[in-house]
Parts: sequence; C-alpha cells; structure tokens
Amino acid sequence: MKWRGRKIAAGVAEGEALVTKMGVSFYGGVDPQSGCIVEKGHELEGQSIAGKVLVFPTGKGSTVGSYTLYRLKKAGLAPAAIVNAEAEAITAVGCIIADIPCVDHIPIEAIRTGMKVRVDGGQGCVEAE
Amino acid sequence: MRLTPEEDQMLAGKFGRATQKAMEILVALGTIYGAERMLPVASVQVSGVSYDNLGEAGLEFLDEMAENGGRARVLTTLNPAGMDVENWPALGIDAEFARNQERILAAYAKMGVVTTCSCTPYLFGNLPRFGEHVAWAESSAVCFANAVLGARTNREGGPSALAAALTGRTPDYGLHRDQNRRPTLTVQVQTQPQGTRDFGALGVALGRAIEARQSKDIPYLRGIRRASLEELKSFCASLATYGGLALFHMEGVTPESGLHAPPDETLTLSRADLDSAIEALNAAAGEADFVSLGCPHLSLAEIQRLAERLAGRRVRKTFWITTSRPVKRLADQMGYTAVIEASGAVFAVDTCCVVAPIQGRFKTLVTDSAKACYYAAAKNGFATRFLPFDEVIEEALR
Repeated sequence: MKWRGRKIAAGVAEGEALVTKMGVSFYGGVDPQSGCIVEKGHELEGQSIAGKVLVFPTGKGSTVGSYTLYRLKKAGLAPAAIVNAEAEAITAVGCIIADIPCVDHIPIEAIRTGMKVRVDGGQGCVEAE
Repeated sequence: MRLTPEEDQMLAGKFGRATQKAMEILVALGTIYGAERMLPVASVQVSGVSYDNLGEAGLEFLDEMAENGGRARVLTTLNPAGMDVENWPALGIDAEFARNQERILAAYAKMGVVTTCSCTPYLFGNLPRFGEHVAWAESSAVCFANAVLGARTNREGGPSALAAALTGRTPDYGLHRDQNRRPTLTVQVQTQPQGTRDFGALGVALGRAIEARQSKDIPYLRGIRRASLEELKSFCASLATYGGLALFHMEGVTPESGLHAPPDETLTLSRADLDSAIEALNAAAGEADFVSLGCPHLSLAEIQRLAERLAGRRVRKTFWITTSRPVKRLADQMGYTAVIEASGAVFAVDTCCVVAPIQGRFKTLVTDSAKACYYAAAKNGFATRFLPFDEVIEEALR
C-alpha cells in the first residue's frame, strides 16, 4: 500500500509500525530516559517507541513535548518516523528540530502494528507492507 | 504556501542551518494551519527560558541553534528565567541549576536575543503598535498584546517564537487575520472589579465559563467602566491561564472594541461569580509561609505603592517581589528598593514563583495573582490564599 499525504518534516526512514488510535503526549506521556509510553491507561502504555514508525491520530499536551522528541533523538530513543492523521504544532515542531521524518493526512486505520513502513517526509509519501 | 525569494533562500539553507531549521518550522506550521504566506514580524517574545521547564534537551537545542549561526532579525525579548540572574543564592537556588540557567541565557544572548527575562516586555521597550504583527509566546503577554495593544499574534510556543526571531517571519493564520479577531460572545459584567485581585477573579470566572462551553470564543466584555494597566495585566494573565484565551475586547477600554458590535449571544457575570472564583483560590486553612507579588511582573507604580506600605515595617514571612530587571533598576534609582529590602522582603528579579524551582520549599502561597495560584497548586502542590494587593502585604507583615 502506498499513500501520498502532507509533508510535515523532511527525511526518509523505515521501521516497524507501532499504531495507536489514541493521541500521544510526548511531555509527560513518554519517558525520555527509556523511550517508553508511560501515560496511564494509554493503549501503548509500557511499549517502547524507539526506532518504530509511530502511527497515531494527532498529538496532544504541553508544547514542551517538542523538546522531548529532541531529547529522545539525542538519546537514540526517538521513533524512526511519525505518521499522523492530522499533525499539530507540538509533534510537527518536535519532528523538525529532531530531524524525524513526519507525514500527515494518511488513512492511518489501514496501517497495523508490525507492518514494515517506509516514510519519505520530503515527498509526503508513506508505504506499508 | 507562497514564499518570497528571501524566504525560499532561508528554507534552502542560504542563511545557515539554524535559519533553515527555523523556516522549516514556520512552513510546517503554516501548512498545518492553512497559511498562504509569511508575514514580517515587528518583534518576538520567546518562552522556554527557565531550566526548570526546558531541561537538558531544550538547552541542547538552543546551543545547537546558536552554534549553527542563528541570529535574531528583529527585537526579541525573553520570558522569566528560573532565578534572579544577579542574586540567585539569596533565593536558595542551587549552584548546578544556576550554572545550567546561565548556559541557557548565554545561548540566547549569542543569538542576539535581549536577555531581559520578563513576562511584561511591553513595560520596557518591546511595545508593538496597533495592528502590528508580532510573534509572542508567554500567554499573558500574548493576551495583552492582542487585546490591550491591538497588535496581532498567535500563542506561540518556545521553538516557534524562536523560529520567528531567527527569520523575522510568522505564518499568516489565526489571530493575524481580521476575520478571526471578531468577538463571538458578549459578556455583561454586572460589577466594577476593583484592583488586581478582582480583575484576576474576573479572568478565572470568564476563562472557566468559556472553557466549559468548549468553544473558541472571543469575548466582548461590557459594563467595565475603567481598568488600569496593572488591572489589565492581571486580567490577561488570568484569562489566558484559566481559559486559554489570546484575545478579548472590552467596550470603551481596548482599542478594537469600537470596531465591533456586541454579539447577540450573551453571558452574564455578577459579583457572586467573582466571589466564588476568589473563594476557590483562597481556601488554604493553615498559616501561610510564602508571600509573592509580581505575577505578571510588577510595574514601577506597583513597586512604589509597595515601598510606601512597607516603609519602616518588618515582614515576618518569606516575601518575594518579582519584577523585570529594567523596572528594578528604576526602583533602585528612586530609592524604593532600599525601603523594600529594609523591610526584609526579597527582590526576585528575572524570575517568578511560577518558573523558579521551589517544589517542596513552601506549603502555602499568598498572592494577588490568580495565575500564580494556579501554578502554585498544579506545579508545586501549594495551598493558596488569594487576596487584594494591599492585604497581601499585610499578610507578609503578620
């Protein structure tokens, strides 16, 4: 499957998809020391986002979350790429400052956890198999 | 988005990696929010200054932007830091925190950002004119710029404000556009609020009411006959904190109010609504151990009043006076500082009780600021007492 969405942050990356129907808050919701989702009651609670293509509808929470993505990247714990239904400012800015490819306007319900996904942020393209 | 040739060059990296990254941020935001072009901005106010909020990651990012040649293209001022830059040991700040805070300020200074460290840049030279486009972070100052000054800014975050500083641009969406500044809700205020505490309470009552409506209302307030600079400063901080608002109109007070007719839909706020907002923030039972004035940072007139009230008296609690460095210098010159410090009160310049690392140091805060009450409870777990300006001073003396 291949889709063309909107370019949010440039760069090309591949990885295994980690998909959630819930929003993700990087500040407070992700532990910057382990790369694990720690938000109570989140469907990905306890799972690591490091190296994954993280697929979620939209970001939420504090704007400091942009810096959390940057910190994860520096620690080698950032997602390889991010795919959103609708990107918002926190995720978009975080991806740009951390050099994480990001594309939105993708029908994310078609992507399943474990699929191999390739994201081309510069072209706004997402491929899954 | 349509970019000018110069903006295209920034995006292509002709002005260095930091400017390129800044333009990438602005283009992404413009894409998300449907902007068709960039606007030149007259000034920027940057948030993300306290090491308590930024942390190591934020500091690394700032260092990287400074190293990569980032330079502010327009007048850019800074939000409060986590400490008094000149007098941090007196506030009980530890040396490691101070070192990290100094690294943050050095990175900003290297980028040509004016390291004033205040939430009230409009009191000392970062004063946008009516209709001017700016890119400001700091929610209380955003509200003040839009509503009281009639300038135009969205609520920027730390990185997007910095991006605006390094490019001199902001994407044209939201409150930069006429159609998004029209009032949507009339608010009939049936009482004349008196003083900063009352105006703060009005912000709590209105902010909460608008949040409960789950709408993006722009209120048009009627019935308020007068509001001083200090009262408006307090109201803006409170409305932004409790309702997330970035703009309001106040009939006969704010400059754009005359351009609009009051919307049909009307909400009424009475003295009782203000009183219940006050009661909720004034619930602390025990003895207060921390008193603070200056959220937002005190004006010179407020410091003069404080000096008059404290002259020849002795405070008995930890009492922080928070203000900007330029206003403090004027207070020094006028002799207010000497009078205030002789009372035992402490100046905490460049910082405030919201951003300083004071978790665990106090139990109960007394203040005239609704915003300070919010963060005292949410961030530091303090109980609060919410009193008028003069009564806060009396509480410190008790």
